[in-house]
Amino acid sequence: MQDAEFADVLDAVRRFVRTKVVPREDEIEETDAIPADIRRAATQMGLFGYTLPAEYGGLGATLSQDVRLAFEFGYTTPAFRSLFGTNNGIAGQVLVSSGTDEQKQRWLPRLAEGAIASFALTEAEAGSDPSGLTTKAIRDGDGYVLSGVKRFITNAPLADLFVVFARTDPAARGTRGISVFLVDAGLHGVRVGPRDRKMGQAGAWTAEVLFDQVRVPSTALVGGQEGAGFAAAMRSLVRGRVHIAAICVGMADRLLAESVSYAKSACQGGQPIGEFQLVQAMLAEIKTGAYAGRAMVAEAARNYDSAADRRIGPSAAKLFCSEMVGRAADLAVQVHGGLGYMRGIPVERMYRDARLFRIYEGTSEIQKLIIGRALVRDGN
Amino acid sequence: MNIVVLVKQVPDTWSERRLRADDSTLDRDAADAVINELDDYAIEEGLRLQEAHGGEVTIVSMGPQKAADAIRKALSMGADKAVHVTDEALRGSDGLVTSAVLASVLGRTGFDLVILGSESTDARMGTLAAMLAERLGVPQMSFASKVETDGSKITIHRQADYGYDTVEGALPAVVSVVEKINEPRYPSFKGIMAAKKKPVETLSLADLGMDASQAGLAASATQVVSFANRPPRAAGTIVTDEGDGGAKAAEFLASRKFI
Ligand SMILES: Cc1cc2nc3c(=O)[nH]c(=O)nc-3n(C[C@H](O)[C@H](O)[C@H](O)COP(=O)(O)OP(=O)(O)OC[C@H]3O[C@@H](n4cnc5c(N)ncnc54)[C@H](O)[C@@H]3O)c2cc1C
Repeated sequence: MQDAEFADVLDAVRRFVRTKVVPREDEIEETDAIPADIRRAATQMGLFGYTLPAEYGGLGATLSQDVRLAFEFGYTTPAFRSLFGTNNGIAGQVLVSSGTDEQKQRWLPRLAEGAIASFALTEAEAGSDPSGLTTKAIRDGDGYVLSGVKRFITNAPLADLFVVFARTDPAARGTRGISVFLVDAGLHGVRVGPRDRKMGQAGAWTAEVLFDQVRVPSTALVGGQEGAGFAAAMRSLVRGRVHIAAICVGMADRLLAESVSYAKSACQGGQPIGEFQLVQAMLAEIKTGAYAGRAMVAEAARNYDSAADRRIGPSAAKLFCSEMVGRAADLAVQVHGGLGYMRGIPVERMYRDARLFRIYEGTSEIQKLIIGRALVRDGN
Repeated sequence: MNIVVLVKQVPDTWSERRLRADDSTLDRDAADAVINELDDYAIEEGLRLQEAHGGEVTIVSMGPQKAADAIRKALSMGADKAVHVTDEALRGSDGLVTSAVLASVLGRTGFDLVILGSESTDARMGTLAAMLAERLGVPQMSFASKVETDGSKITIHRQADYGYDTVEGALPAVVSVVEKINEPRYPSFKGIMAAKKKPVETLSLADLGMDASQAGLAASATQVVSFANRPPRAAGTIVTDEGDGGAKAAEFLASRKFI
């Protein structure tokens, strides 16, 4: 996609987010759902496949382009981007990077048109460290039989496709012997539990997914290769980390906008609280974090696209930006005083929403381990 | 049906707008430029009529080079092709000149239906539909909040303070639309990618058989003679409530003929 076209895409997304989604945030929070008309408009616009290759009906956005869109998505409730986040991110990218041509042909055009893919890796004892994975895929004639339980799976209640990680080699230890399968949500034995009740990000749904003796054909094995699942998961997560970091930057921008406008209008002692230097200091700190985050994300995305760095940069960006937005949300609540603690005030909602970013797609601790390991073992 | 939608690029109403000190025309370089808000509704209506009746939607815009951005956006919403009239000599043209130029373009493209917004957010004259209809010798259907056509006849709801009038006319016609008429679509990514391949014909005054003496400030019947900034808002009247606040407020409103 050329710059002029991308500028139009960015402009359309920015206008849509700010005029159509931002005004509906309270409704999304209260109903715990993205309104059907917003989902329809997002589908028509092409948001469900903007990172998928153009030959499969997507827009083929590079990571550098993706993050600029993510800065815009981050400005509103993260539930909006979650709706199509798994398609463009963790789930869709497994197919893009590791699927066979037939698998891409079968699924990517459908995803680009609004079908939803979920990424099913996490289990009770396989979160930060997937080596404890117990979901099994046992060869049976010309196919496999899957059984196991996944949890916290984003978009599971809406999914048409599950990208499922399962052990094909029961003897293998650690991250070896893990394969990835494309499991049609309509298959016999696929059961999705009730929606999880979460701290924040209302409108974005997660649930447990049970695979009870689910029979899939051998063509469901991603890339047609056993044992390649762990590497596929990691490749997809690396890209996702930079995207999440960009969402955090967008949210920090919004926290700043809310805080500045409040500080300019709310008065104490007869003057706007924004005139107090201690309040200005909080605004300056939010701004500085957002500014640093934006620069860092752009750099990490550029180095990802050129393949110069697909390890340290993405983890460093995710670590910094998710911690940064947590601090920004805390300060934004402080700027708002008691009002910042009240339901219905955007920064109160964002304070809860922001907490997730330090946990999923690799906790902050895991990002440090990745960076540290790369530095010490590989001397990067 | 051959549908032509008129589109104008205007300075963003959210940005600060200025007139130029030298000739009192709008400083188009000083502000972000966007499609005139009501034109989005005109484009949407054109596309809906095309979806229902077939045919083509052509965008026509008169404006500086950078109006090409507005044209591309209109094409990305789904219009088929565009005509861009641009010429240095057009700068400062008033409604009368603009309508003459656009009428000349419409004479070339032909049309069954011309759709435009009922006013632009910069000049806010709201007279272009009338001038155009007069020059073209076709019915003017203004302030439409609803449009229906069978291909030969056209019926609109003309929005008024008291409700709406149902107005009927024969095609070809000029229709100006109000916000209430529809909900404009957002350009889809596919539409954006397709827009750059759509034909845009660029015309100068000479291409239209006109010359500089017929355009711009010199040929305009109206000119901005002088302008001044809006005076700062005067301090309001404060009514102190001493048990009779309600009555005092009512008196104030009555004195200004609000009640
Ligand atoms: C809202 C939400 C949506 C999610 N969506 C998905 C999804 O779509 N698909 C999916 O597969 N998963 C999803 N997850 C799961 C998510 O990725 C995991 O929760 C996350 O990776 C952490 O794993 P865990 O919950 O098992 O915590 P644990 O791994 O048990 O972590 C607990 C604590 O121990 C620390 N810790 C763990 N291992 C180490 C170590 N080696 N060294 C130091 N500290 C360590 C962690 O940092 C953390 O502080 C989602 C989770 C949430 C909350």
